[in-house]
Amino acid sequence: MQYLWRTPGSHTLPEEASPIGPAPLSVRDLTVAYHRKPVLWNVDYTAPNGGLIAVVGPNGAGKSTLIKACLGLVPRVSGTVEVFGQPVAKQRRLIGYVPQRESVDWDFPVSALDVVAMGRYGKIGWFRPVSRAHKEAALHALERVGMADFARRQIGQLSGGQQQRVFLARALAQEAQLYFMDEPFAGVDAATERAVLQVLRDLDAAGRTVICVHHDLQTVAEYFDHVLLMNTRVVAHGPVARTLTPELLGRTYGGQPLPLPVRETAAP
Amino acid sequence: MTLSAQEFLQIDFPALLAAVLACAACALVGNFLVLRRQGMMGDAVSHAVLPGIVAGFLIAGTRETMPMMVGALAAAALSGVLIEAVRRLGRLESGAAMGVVFTVMFAAGVVMIEQAAARGVDLDADCVLYGQLETILWLAPTGWGSLLDPAAWAAMPREVVTLAAVFVLCVALVVLFRKELTITTFDPALASTLGIPAGLFHYGVVLLVAATAIAAFEAVGSILVIAMLIAPPAAARLLTDRLGVQLVLSVALGVLAAVAGYGAAAFGPLLLGGEHSLSAAGMIAVASGLILALAALFGPTHGVLGRRRALGRLRGAGAVAAEGRSS
Amino acid sequence: MIDEAIRILTFQAGFNSAVVVAGTAALGLAGGTVGTFLLLRRRALVSDALSHATLPGIAVAFLIGAALGLPGRSLPLLLAGAVASGVLGLLTVQWLVRQTRLTEDSAIGAVLSVFFGLGIVLLSLIQTLELGGQAGLKTFILGQTAAMAQGEAIAIGLLAAGAAATVALLFKELRALAFDPGFAAVQGWPVARLDLALMGLATLVTVIGLQTVGLILVVALLIIPPAAARFWTDRLSVLTIAAAAIGALSGWLGATLSALLPKLPAGAVIVLVAGAIFLVSFLFAPARGLLAVGLRNGRLRLSFAERRALAGLLAGRPVDGPLAWWLGARGFLRDGRLTPRGEVAAKAAERNRRLWDRFLADYPALVPAHANWGVDPIDEVLPGDMVRLLEERALP
Repeated sequence: MQYLWRTPGSHTLPEEASPIGPAPLSVRDLTVAYHRKPVLWNVDYTAPNGGLIAVVGPNGAGKSTLIKACLGLVPRVSGTVEVFGQPVAKQRRLIGYVPQRESVDWDFPVSALDVVAMGRYGKIGWFRPVSRAHKEAALHALERVGMADFARRQIGQLSGGQQQRVFLARALAQEAQLYFMDEPFAGVDAATERAVLQVLRDLDAAGRTVICVHHDLQTVAEYFDHVLLMNTRVVAHGPVARTLTPELLGRTYGGQPLPLPVRETAAP
Repeated sequence: MTLSAQEFLQIDFPALLAAVLACAACALVGNFLVLRRQGMMGDAVSHAVLPGIVAGFLIAGTRETMPMMVGALAAAALSGVLIEAVRRLGRLESGAAMGVVFTVMFAAGVVMIEQAAARGVDLDADCVLYGQLETILWLAPTGWGSLLDPAAWAAMPREVVTLAAVFVLCVALVVLFRKELTITTFDPALASTLGIPAGLFHYGVVLLVAATAIAAFEAVGSILVIAMLIAPPAAARLLTDRLGVQLVLSVALGVLAAVAGYGAAAFGPLLLGGEHSLSAAGMIAVASGLILALAALFGPTHGVLGRRRALGRLRGAGAVAAEGRSS
Repeated sequence: MIDEAIRILTFQAGFNSAVVVAGTAALGLAGGTVGTFLLLRRRALVSDALSHATLPGIAVAFLIGAALGLPGRSLPLLLAGAVASGVLGLLTVQWLVRQTRLTEDSAIGAVLSVFFGLGIVLLSLIQTLELGGQAGLKTFILGQTAAMAQGEAIAIGLLAAGAAATVALLFKELRALAFDPGFAAVQGWPVARLDLALMGLATLVTVIGLQTVGLILVVALLIIPPAAARFWTDRLSVLTIAAAAIGALSGWLGATLSALLPKLPAGAVIVLVAGAIFLVSFLFAPARGLLAVGLRNGRLRLSFAERRALAGLLAGRPVDGPLAWWLGARGFLRDGRLTPRGEVAAKAAERNRRLWDRFLADYPALVPAHANWGVDPIDEVLPGDMVRLLEERALP
């Protein structure tokens, strides 16, 4: 019995070879407001099929909120989110998620392997225990991020970078088509940065789509193919080479590239 | 002092059994409160059920258990929903939301009890607070041999039977939903993206806590329930890093507290030459507190003294290394 | 009955009842002021551990009093015991949180139940000792204003007024503490000592409230008034005054009611009055009440939907369902087509959207926090010259 909640339905995946199937992610007119203040404003975005996409913008620009809204974790004021042509609630098994590291209690009494196995729960379903096959899949995912030796460690005993790799392994264990990652490079050591990058490239090579909130402008061009510049609204999106221009970045980060109107009376 | 087998089996054994079962059930479900950082939910729910108990009693007009249980469960569910509503819609921190809801509901219960008293019915807030462990009697046994007699067991007091059933229910639910309880506790956002209803599990845990607490009230009172929901799981939390071990250990510590506390309350004063026994529920709470204090002080990796020693060793090693460099 | 109520409310039902009512109101006032800062420091439930932890101290003090041969119950001694064990309980909570991996909620739950359990054991011991005078001890659990002597009520009133005055004197410091303790520490405020002072005030309110409200419910005096006041305002000074007023009102009305209905335990009545004020605030307060927020959110959603539908109609996309009915009722739509009025509204909405879009694109750092951007008419939010500038850039 699988976890199907609220909207039971079939999971539809386009023919993998098809070049013009439904887009992995299609956001229409998405607006999200926390209380009175809109955090996302009229967001329209269609992600290309396959590839590594960076979501870039200043603090408080609604990057994490965009991901959470796409996953159905925060309520929307308006708009629709479709994953491979279907409402997101029907397509949960196609989606993998790497939340920010601070979002969980690392003192929790589980081992690294237990956490990675959680990525398999969607495939295991109600009542059944985690079988040997699923444990092996989890262990394999840990191997891919270079953490197999730490499988039995309690997660609180891992370094920040190692914890990030455990989260990444958990997403790998989900075996999804579309991945959302919230700042996977934030505050990690060099080894973890390499491991995360390697995983991203493997996923890309396997034809998966990865949407990453990313904060480091220096590395966007090096790590990612596409970029979505946003500051509450979408400023621009497209291939990195065309989109990551000083002019667009200036508009994203609000560095006041345009002159403010000056009141004539106020001038001396 | 002498104690005949019959006396022990008739008076102490059923009370002890009730205490053990109540403590084991509370400790087991308490783990999920402690891990969810909702330790005060046990406190809130066990205060908030009072008006439900009184309402069940007033409506049914009898001291039967069933109407009171139903009323209590309804009140617990209401308090859970109200706390969530005040927290979310009112944007208050959860501690304050609980504080508002449970004090008002408890106050309503106290006033309702007085109303009942005015109608000449005797219902005491005390029995909800402290329980009446001492009044649970098993009249069937005549000696040790009765422990093997099914007929005698069939005459076991209702409180004990209820508690046994609740304990079995708790174990079954925790075993069946262990995966889902773990993931919705550890990472509710991921659970939601996998299609596991994290919100439903929140209310499920609250309701399970409420059901356990209500079953335990009659026998051991609300104070002991709060102690048992928190202290054994908290102590187990300080002794292990594995969830499975923590669950089993907390139940074992709960049982230990029940036996030690009951023993101290019932037989301690007799040993010291007193005549009357002390409050068993209170003593069990104290025993669980001592267990927690010991775990906090002497726990191997997370105890205060253990950590201090480890730190000392680290410093010692640093000093040795420094000496090595300087020589 | 009503005459009696009015006489008590206006302090004309005899000196004794006036003193009790005034003392209880002062207690509520102190609870509201001190509780405001506990709430903002997210310490609301710590005071629950504190109040439950007073019981063993009361029992020990009673035993000491009996051993010293003091007659009956000596209130100052009992309250001194309450302070001692209450503070011990607080320190235990703090020690558990700082020294172990346990979180605050677990520490509070463990301390309050274990200390209370110890208190119950001691009470059962006192009962077996047959010392006499122990009957009064149980009134500390659920409270009883009827038991309050005149002198006690005056003392309670004075101490409560003192607690409230201390908060007023330390207002600036406590505000810094509540807003951002880290920053306050860097700025050189004695944060640890301020925290200590705050907990000291909470202890004072709890202990003087024990007799009236009882130790199970006294926490309500510290939590409910500020929680209710929170719905009325976003400003700390107003919040503190409102919480004090709500607390005082609860104490005043509650004490009056329980004087009229002496069978009801005073503590429960006071808490129910406070709860009723909370409910009214929660539902109807204009600033953050449920109704006001719901209406605002509903309007926001409706404006979004209306604007989108109008823009769609302008572009030739039909609208149906409840939205069509709503647009019809507004006079914007007839027979599936925009009326002249509707056309004007649609064009205005479209212009508003474009200008807001332009503004967000060009000046993201200047977005005003208070406005429903995109929905509120831009001319009412931004200065005229800014709007003209945006018009030049955005409209063809």
